[in-house]
Amino acid sequence: MVNPVKNIKSDDVCNRNVPEKVSHGIKIDIHNLNIWFAENHALKNVSMQVFSHEILCAIGPANSGKTSFLRTINRLNSVLPNFKTTGAIVLDGQDITKMDVELLRKKVGMVFAMPSPLPLSVFDNVAYGARMSGIKNRNKLNAVVERSLQQAYLWQEIKDRLNESAFKLSGGQQQRLCIARTLAVEPDVILFDEPCSGLDPISTTKVEEAMLKLKESYTIILVTNNVKQAARVGNRTAFFLNGELIELDRTEKLFTAPSDQRTDGYIRGKFG
Amino acid sequence: MRKFKEFIIEKLILLSGLTSIFFVVLIFLFLLKEGLSVFQIVTPCDFLFGKSWYPISEPAQLGILPLMMGSLIITLGATIISVPIGVACAVYIAEVAPSRIKEILKAGIELLAAIPSVVLGFIGMMTLVPWIKNVFHLPTGLTALSGSVMLAFMAMPTIVSIAEDALYSVPKSYKEGALALGATHWQTIYRIIVPAASSGILAAVMLGIGRVIGETMAVMMITGNAAVIPTSILQPVRTLTATIAAEMGEAVVGSEHYFALFAIGIVLFIISFIINVTSDLFLHRERK
Amino acid sequence: MISSLGKQKIAFFFLFLANLLVIVPVGLILLIIIQKGLPAMTWQFITDIPRQGMRTGGIFPAIIGTIYLVAGSILFALPIGLLAAIYLSEYAKDNVLTRMIKLAIVNLAGVPSVVYGLFGLVLFVSFCKFGASILAGSLTLGIMILPIIITTSREALESVPAMFREVSLSLGASKWQTIRHIVLPNAIPGIITGTILGIGRAAGETAPILFTVAAFYLPRLPKSIFDQAMALPYHLYVISTQVPNVEEKVRYGTALVLLILVLFVNLVAIVIRSQFRKKKKW
Repeated sequence: MVNPVKNIKSDDVCNRNVPEKVSHGIKIDIHNLNIWFAENHALKNVSMQVFSHEILCAIGPANSGKTSFLRTINRLNSVLPNFKTTGAIVLDGQDITKMDVELLRKKVGMVFAMPSPLPLSVFDNVAYGARMSGIKNRNKLNAVVERSLQQAYLWQEIKDRLNESAFKLSGGQQQRLCIARTLAVEPDVILFDEPCSGLDPISTTKVEEAMLKLKESYTIILVTNNVKQAARVGNRTAFFLNGELIELDRTEKLFTAPSDQRTDGYIRGKFG
Repeated sequence: MRKFKEFIIEKLILLSGLTSIFFVVLIFLFLLKEGLSVFQIVTPCDFLFGKSWYPISEPAQLGILPLMMGSLIITLGATIISVPIGVACAVYIAEVAPSRIKEILKAGIELLAAIPSVVLGFIGMMTLVPWIKNVFHLPTGLTALSGSVMLAFMAMPTIVSIAEDALYSVPKSYKEGALALGATHWQTIYRIIVPAASSGILAAVMLGIGRVIGETMAVMMITGNAAVIPTSILQPVRTLTATIAAEMGEAVVGSEHYFALFAIGIVLFIISFIINVTSDLFLHRERK
Repeated sequence: MISSLGKQKIAFFFLFLANLLVIVPVGLILLIIIQKGLPAMTWQFITDIPRQGMRTGGIFPAIIGTIYLVAGSILFALPIGLLAAIYLSEYAKDNVLTRMIKLAIVNLAGVPSVVYGLFGLVLFVSFCKFGASILAGSLTLGIMILPIIITTSREALESVPAMFREVSLSLGASKWQTIRHIVLPNAIPGIITGTILGIGRAAGETAPILFTVAAFYLPRLPKSIFDQAMALPYHLYVISTQVPNVEEKVRYGTALVLLILVLFVNLVAIVIRSQFRKKKKW
């Protein structure tokens, strides 16, 4: 069997993007990833690496493939009919298609575009993942919920409202609840899919602050429509267009001296 | 351990998913198993087109033409009555009625759908039958006409609800376009909306007919059950369904009479199969 | 010449008339049954066994028989129907097999009720040797209401937003855990509605029980599921066509009890449905 990791090391497509500053190891190694939804070739030959403890931003216009890219990493696209993929995604040296899918999704958490609480109480939302992995002990669950809510900077605001329906929280609180819910599963990687698209500026700031803190213990991939958000929080930024990865570089570099004309056009607001 | 439990549950789910197919096939097979034996005694042609049904005479005469004609005449009558009224109801409910009246009408029609057929048959027997007897000066009110009227009534919920769905699913833009061109609401309805919903309405009519052909208790109670080829709608008739219901209790298991009743079951099954498959095709065309 | 608005008025008038032609008789039927049936409604009528060849006495065994039959048919049809609905809503792919299952459900719903009676007779009464019994009748009715339960449950399951499923899966829950903890709890009102509609249908049907369970006259309560039983719809049929000289109020009274039973069950379904719509969280 071919070890996909070795293949990628000999492949210098990605190597030019390795910035000296980030010395942590490779967390996710993506090699020649292609995806299709029925006839629609949504992602074309994408190869890149994601490092531990960085925030990697993915920007690009609508339908550029960035969300599909994100949903492939935790294999959430596999639930859709007519979904096809080639290439490899390697997480900590392991091909994700060969991992147990539930374990993969525990290691790779996801926060969705719109605040998406489950129709349960605040507590049950946060405890959901832990319960599904078999934790029943009430004290343990209490600890998990408190820790996660604190990490998401929500504990102080809602510690007295744990038994209310999650739908009663404000939009920004709901989104931070979703972050807490993801953290409760203790993932290594967190995928953010345009997490602030439905939020006001103040809530957005709070979510961004949370992300910058979380970077210390997690690896984050952030898909965003908001170029300025990428500039604010991203260590590195990837620009997607029509399913292709056009450019991936340190965020300052990408925003000040992009090497591709199309990147320049997009970040200057010429299209998209 | 959890994985194993889930594996079992998912297999159970798949299995249950297949039960519908299993039961349809099983019903057909068991009908065939019992019913086909009758063709050792009569040819299929004599069975279907034989003019007399005397199952317990010696030798038994097992021609179901009178029964088929009975079902046919009642179905025809019920269709003629119920289709215009039912479609008109659906159009009114879907397009014209103000929302309060709409709710009342829909509730009334749901109520009608919920009344057991034996209750409707009973009421028909007590009210409709004497009325028809008096109006037409007949020796008995148990006639094909009574059956047709009652069944038209019973088919109404099916026709109205499915036709109404079809009318609702006509895109709003059609209607707005026609109204913008200065057509009146009524012109828009009969020139644009009804034609656009036509295949759904056709499906509604077919399913209504299916309901009429399959109806048993009410028909048995009010049509008089005479197994003769009807020459007028004011005569008693006997339908395929009523024959089975009325005679199976007396038929000796394994007798030719018993087999013949199952053969009638096969005929009914095939008719309902054809009706349901074609109306399903119409409904699918509607959606596309 | 009539103006086009005049024509519209006439047309709408006739459309309204068509509705009256349906609604007024429905009202009349209810009115007649209530008016003529109420005088028979005594405690004794509900709780006594039929006497003197069903001409007097009560209808208690028929009520109990119907309750047994309905309970039996739901016990059979609900688990299978619910699992089948889960299959269609959560697992089925858009392929030929699914198309066939859907077609089979449509057909099952369209098979004439008397044909179910025939089927129940050969399969359960003869082939399985249950005899004419509550068991055979319940199973026959159960298969008959299966399509109702599958269709309504499936609609309820499919109305649960796809987002909830994705969120649950993304938290590492398995597909079954997602169904069990997220999809099912949120579809329960719809499933209950479907079940209740099935109950109403099973309680009112006569033809399927004619040869599989119904006892013409059995003035005692059934002893086991292998016993025959009286049932309300069949009892109404018998006393209105097979037994001469039954008092009119006994017939109407029986019709009224059956009607109340069925309409009450439907009313419960409607109330649950509308309560659910009001409370919906998403």
